Amino acid sequence: MTLDLARWQFALTSINHFFFVPVTIGLAFLTAILQTAWHRSAKPEYLRLTRFFGTLLVINVAVGVVTGLVQEFEFGMNWSNYSRLVGDIFGAPLAMEGLVAFFLESTFLGLWIFGWDRLSRRVHLLAIWMVALGTVLSAAFIMAANSWMQHPVGYVISKATGKPQLNDIWAVLTNPVFLWGYLHVLLASLVTASGVMLAVSAWQLRRAGGFTRQAGDEVPQAAQDERTAIFGFSLRLSLVVLVPAIILTLFVGSELGVIEARYQPMKIAAAEAQWTTCQPCSFSLFQIGGGNNDHTPTQIIQIPHLLSLLATNSWNGKVIGLTPLQRQYVKKYGPGDYVPNVFIQYWAMRVMAYIATLVFLLGIWGLWLMRRKTIARARWFLFAATWAVILPFAMNTAGWLLTESGRQPWIVQGLQLTRQGVSPSVTFSDVVISMVAFGLLYTALGVLDAVLMIRYSRKEIAPVPAAAGTDEHGGTRVPSMLY
Amino acid sequence: MTLVSFWFAVIAVVWTGFFILEGFDFGVGLLHAAAGRDEAGKRAAINTIGPLWDGNEVWLIVAGAAMFAAFPGWYATMFSGFYLALVLLLGALMARGISFEYRGKRDSAAWRNTWSGLMITGSVLVPVLTGVALGDLLHGLPIDASHEYTGSFWTLLQPYGIFTGVTLLVICVTHGATFLALKTTGPVRDRAVAIARRSAPVTALAVLAFALWTHAIAGKGLLINPVEIIAVLAVLAASWLVYAGLEGWAFAATTLAMATVVLSIFSELYPRVMVSSTSPANNLTIHNVASGSYSLKVMTVVVVIFLPVVLAYTAWTYYVFRRRLSDKDFVRPQSTAPQQQAHQQAH
Repeated sequence: MTLDLARWQFALTSINHFFFVPVTIGLAFLTAILQTAWHRSAKPEYLRLTRFFGTLLVINVAVGVVTGLVQEFEFGMNWSNYSRLVGDIFGAPLAMEGLVAFFLESTFLGLWIFGWDRLSRRVHLLAIWMVALGTVLSAAFIMAANSWMQHPVGYVISKATGKPQLNDIWAVLTNPVFLWGYLHVLLASLVTASGVMLAVSAWQLRRAGGFTRQAGDEVPQAAQDERTAIFGFSLRLSLVVLVPAIILTLFVGSELGVIEARYQPMKIAAAEAQWTTCQPCSFSLFQIGGGNNDHTPTQIIQIPHLLSLLATNSWNGKVIGLTPLQRQYVKKYGPGDYVPNVFIQYWAMRVMAYIATLVFLLGIWGLWLMRRKTIARARWFLFAATWAVILPFAMNTAGWLLTESGRQPWIVQGLQLTRQGVSPSVTFSDVVISMVAFGLLYTALGVLDAVLMIRYSRKEIAPVPAAAGTDEHGGTRVPSMLY
Repeated sequence: MTLVSFWFAVIAVVWTGFFILEGFDFGVGLLHAAAGRDEAGKRAAINTIGPLWDGNEVWLIVAGAAMFAAFPGWYATMFSGFYLALVLLLGALMARGISFEYRGKRDSAAWRNTWSGLMITGSVLVPVLTGVALGDLLHGLPIDASHEYTGSFWTLLQPYGIFTGVTLLVICVTHGATFLALKTTGPVRDRAVAIARRSAPVTALAVLAFALWTHAIAGKGLLINPVEIIAVLAVLAASWLVYAGLEGWAFAATTLAMATVVLSIFSELYPRVMVSSTSPANNLTIHNVASGSYSLKVMTVVVVIFLPVVLAYTAWTYYVFRRRLSDKDFVRPQSTAPQQQAHQQAH
């Protein structure tokens, strides 16, 4: 029971944390792009957009940081046996993340928010790029750590302690699961943040176009046109980022699948509910029934050869089924059930892939409207793009379920079972108390963040600060965004 | 110095860095209402740490992660043993962190007062709880032969630990007040000085008692730890400097006092990292909980390269934001103050 609850806690807190992470990674990058555009062209609308989306970034970072704190503490709190066993290897990237990435991100974000009128324009631009670099580096270290749990490399089992010990840091940092997984996460972050920018811009355009106007809400035509022009730009920017990002996410994800099939064959076999070995293997669009106790679900619409392609990159590739894999694992690791939750694997994989396809189609629709130059008036597209903001978040969550649930029953593939990793000294009631506390805190944070994000997304974009004047560098003097 | 001793020193230094830097922003957080009084003054106070607090908090993250990486057994026993205290600590850190970012995001007195309340609560709880935790490491806790904590939440609250927490809290108050005095002008500065004058003697007494108690707990007889002597001298100097009106020197003295108080715990602890009250044989030491030497070497390279870089850009940040803030910069209505334009909307 304590184990289950500790698992639920880790799953819920990390899923929640990852609502904020990709927005931070992607939006820091997009804000940096906007500010660079302003720096190069000196067009005031780029400055206004930089500050508008920068405010959303800051609101979002606050929650991302505090929920990340919980993650770091949770390893020791709920998983002390795990920490004791693998800290030698897993701890190193975590410490590097703090030292190399978090300091960079936090310090330069402070400089960026408060430094508008204290730094030269060039240095201030550098600050937002440093923030973006910090987020990307932090993702690198934590993904290296996570990938080591999926596919442990670069260690030996110490003769003295019987514990794994790091003996090759480069192996950890060039772990193929890490390289592809990291790229996958970065691209998904771009998809998420450009999805947010797209939704906000679309909402603003609907507002400007009068599609969502309420009674008595009269705004002069000139202001409407200005709003359309400004958010038309951010809409186009978001689409230009979104479409290549989602295409690459799909390709990299499929390559990651091939790599995982090599090191974690259970994960991929379970994602297709493939109990028997097949060659070539087809991919089913849906199934009825299924799960760990139903080995013969009704598969609907089978696409021949697709699973072979996804899992092995070859037309006639062989995928070993769950039943023979289970037999192999028992022989290797002793008695036990080594099959992950097949229902979760099967559906997480599909939800992720289908949503990605939807996002791709939406992006293509947007690009087509952009080409026809009718996007700012495209009522249905703008409506769809606004609501599509939930898609990347659902996609990311499904992706993480696929990865993490597919590793079960292992906490570190082949080295430690999840149930062996839990803290012996922590009682059931301890975990209940923390679960309730985190539940309340995260709900409050989530509501607050959502309320503020929506509120600030719907604000009219602030003008270039009126009292600006010129600074000593000859540029526009832009006041800081104070607390 | 062996590699494990070096890493013990790194962790002691990171904890010290955390308390020096985040220490004054705990102080500012808990004093912002008292020193600021009205909305403009409160905002002036909060904005003195606005660009800094987030980076300061990273020291705590690095302290935890460095313990995890260098001494996994320490991290595992401590974090699972201090379970409920850490839940409370995380709640306090969350409330505090969010309050800075969100307090000014709505123009409503009730909204701002709520966040101010959370900011104060969080800024009191975090130093107290981390102080209790550090005190507990030295005092000793029930730990069995397999390095598992066998006590409950209440076992953590032994008098020495609580007093360590209280001592760190009062240092934070004085340290924060001297920081505010240094970073503001006008009435906020005057009130910060007045607070520092009242809190500094109390802090001096607390640190003196803490030094004696720590010495007694460590049980090393007449051999007095020089770090504890410096702590007492620094805090006495701080009291005198606060009254002499030497703001910069006063802040330097509270910084030194904070550093030596934290370091006195770690220096008495060495080479142990967690004392077992069950049996000295169960003590966690740098030798029985450390990572392998390869891992420590890799991290040594990283720390030797990046810590100076971090210190350099942190110092530069403090230089960029060296200017004193005045409550006049934060007076509403917004249209008269250029700084407000960022939040002002075109409605």
